[in-house]
Amino acid sequence: MTFHTAIFYAFAAILIFAALRVVTTRNPVHAALWLVLCFFTAAGVWLLLHAEFLAIALVLVYVGAVMVLFLFVVMMLDVNFDSLRKNFRSYIPVAATVGVLVLLEMALVVVGSRVGGGGAPPVPEGSNTKALGRLIYVDYVYPFEIAAVLLLVAIIAAIALTHRKRRESKYQDPGLQVKVRRQDRVRLLDLPTEKRD
Amino acid sequence: MNLSFLPVLPEIVVLVGASVILLVDLFLTDARRHVGYWLAQFTLLVAAAVTVRTMDIDVVRAMHGLVVDDLVSDLLRLFSFVAVSLVLVYSRSYLAQRGLFRGETFVLILFALLGMQVLITANHFLTLYLGLELMSLCLYALVAMQRDEVAPAEAAMKYFVLGALASGFLLYGMSMIYGATGTLAIDKVALAVLADTENRVLLVFGLVFVVSAVAFKLGAVPYHMWVPDVYHGAPTAITLLIGTAPEFAAFAMILRLLGGALAGAEASWTGMLVVLSVLSVTLGHVVAIAQTNLKRMLAYSTIANMGYVLMGFVAADVTGYSAAMFYMVAYVLTSLVSFGVILLLSRERFESDRLEDLRGLNARSPWWAFVMLLAMFSLAGMPPTIGFYAKLLVLQSAVSAGYTWLAVVGVLAALVGAFYYLRVVKIMYFDAPVDRSPIEARGDTRVLLSANGLALLLFGILPQPLMGLCAVALFQAQFY
Repeated sequence: MTFHTAIFYAFAAILIFAALRVVTTRNPVHAALWLVLCFFTAAGVWLLLHAEFLAIALVLVYVGAVMVLFLFVVMMLDVNFDSLRKNFRSYIPVAATVGVLVLLEMALVVVGSRVGGGGAPPVPEGSNTKALGRLIYVDYVYPFEIAAVLLLVAIIAAIALTHRKRRESKYQDPGLQVKVRRQDRVRLLDLPTEKRD
Repeated sequence: MNLSFLPVLPEIVVLVGASVILLVDLFLTDARRHVGYWLAQFTLLVAAAVTVRTMDIDVVRAMHGLVVDDLVSDLLRLFSFVAVSLVLVYSRSYLAQRGLFRGETFVLILFALLGMQVLITANHFLTLYLGLELMSLCLYALVAMQRDEVAPAEAAMKYFVLGALASGFLLYGMSMIYGATGTLAIDKVALAVLADTENRVLLVFGLVFVVSAVAFKLGAVPYHMWVPDVYHGAPTAITLLIGTAPEFAAFAMILRLLGGALAGAEASWTGMLVVLSVLSVTLGHVVAIAQTNLKRMLAYSTIANMGYVLMGFVAADVTGYSAAMFYMVAYVLTSLVSFGVILLLSRERFESDRLEDLRGLNARSPWWAFVMLLAMFSLAGMPPTIGFYAKLLVLQSAVSAGYTWLAVVGVLAALVGAFYYLRVVKIMYFDAPVDRSPIEARGDTRVLLSANGLALLLFGILPQPLMGLCAVALFQAQFY
């Protein structure tokens, strides 16, 4: 066993342990923190595969942004997690069935298939940041731009659908309230006086 | 490195136009929203002009083989520009009366159009998928734009969930095909499929999912459940949009996937298309009889019409594809008229989307009753309208491919369909009018809708130029 494989097994063991803790821990904040550990070790495994750019992106994007967002949501929303976990054990039959099925499927693919095979593709020479950049900005620049438009559409659609005056809203405009004049509020009626018969 | 932008110039024009409207709209007051509308029309005009100018007979693969620019894509893009432009004209008053006449609507419509263009010109599974998503996302949002109503929100939700499912199907199918052929470029997939005729299990597995996804997008039975709800629930202007230009994109999607990439596996997919086609024409026409809502009835009519389009694909040759393309053009032209008249008759807080709302239309306005009559005749496939030749061509191609029984089913279903189309005519001409309010519309809407209606008649009498155009485009595009 080389040093390389030893490090891989160490990372893999930490990864699996952390993933298990994400599911089993009672405190949602702890679960999120275990997930951070998962991402970190996964990034380590990717580094071993010479995918240094993806490894750094994983740490920056998932650990730096997504998980922080997760933590914020978990801390800000007052969700009663204990009531959600009440029947945790009753899911075991379904979970076990799904798990076994997934395992069987993976075994079928690994054992019986000719798809893929031959292990991982050879590692490209030189910096893979450069190689990725070339792919994205030269070969696949067209779909890359379309994907950017897709994100723009998502923003426009989200704003167009949510940013509107609600009918039930009781919002008052202070400016209009200050500017109000007597004529707008008081209407003097000239009623004919009734005579008593 | 030679990166020619010429084949994607129409896409660039539409993208720039949409972005400009997005920015300009910020500085517009409510009274000046029409500036955005005219900018959108101008963008469409420029894009159409660019498409015509760059049109040539050669098949060009551009952007590193991700895009194909052939006559089919030029024609379909041009048709989509015309369709979207007419949709904007017809729905202008309708949108204004419902507070939807604003920048976001135009921007989303243009982005949806951009998605259709990307889909139409796709030569790679990645661009095809991105185009499809771009188009669909815009349409989901447009359906939900009337946030204070319940029906559009429900329709948008159904459309979104089922659309996401269809996208999942498509991606899964594509990944299987990638596994079988080792490439995502459509022309290379086609070659790989033709080269390897031995091991087909994985390929056919992927193909089943791709066909399902296509049927979903097209609204063919048994993947039709979203069509009636979305057509009924969406604002009529958006229904008009969904029922017209995206149909060209859907046609291109089938053509690129089945006629292009999977042409070598034709024996596997023609059978599936036959089943889809038979179910669609029969169920669509039969269920439409029971509808009292005009939009819902036309939705079932769409399902049936898509069955006829698939009938053209069953032949799996260029003649069949060009028949299907002609059918699609005829259908969209007719849809524009039928939904255009519904939009014309609607007013503020009055949708005019029930059958009884058409009662005695002839007494109120003989001209619009006649235009609607042309649309109904065309949908029913009666001469001398364009719908007759469209049906004739697809039935002919089915017969020449050896599916005579399929053509017989198609004719019988069309007979059933004629009943409810003619019922609309009966309601317009022989029932007494209930609502006698005058029909008001803008001048340009009147002129264009009338011209659109007369086009159904014109192309019905002289169908050859349009038929020839479809045939030339498909022959030139070199499908296998």
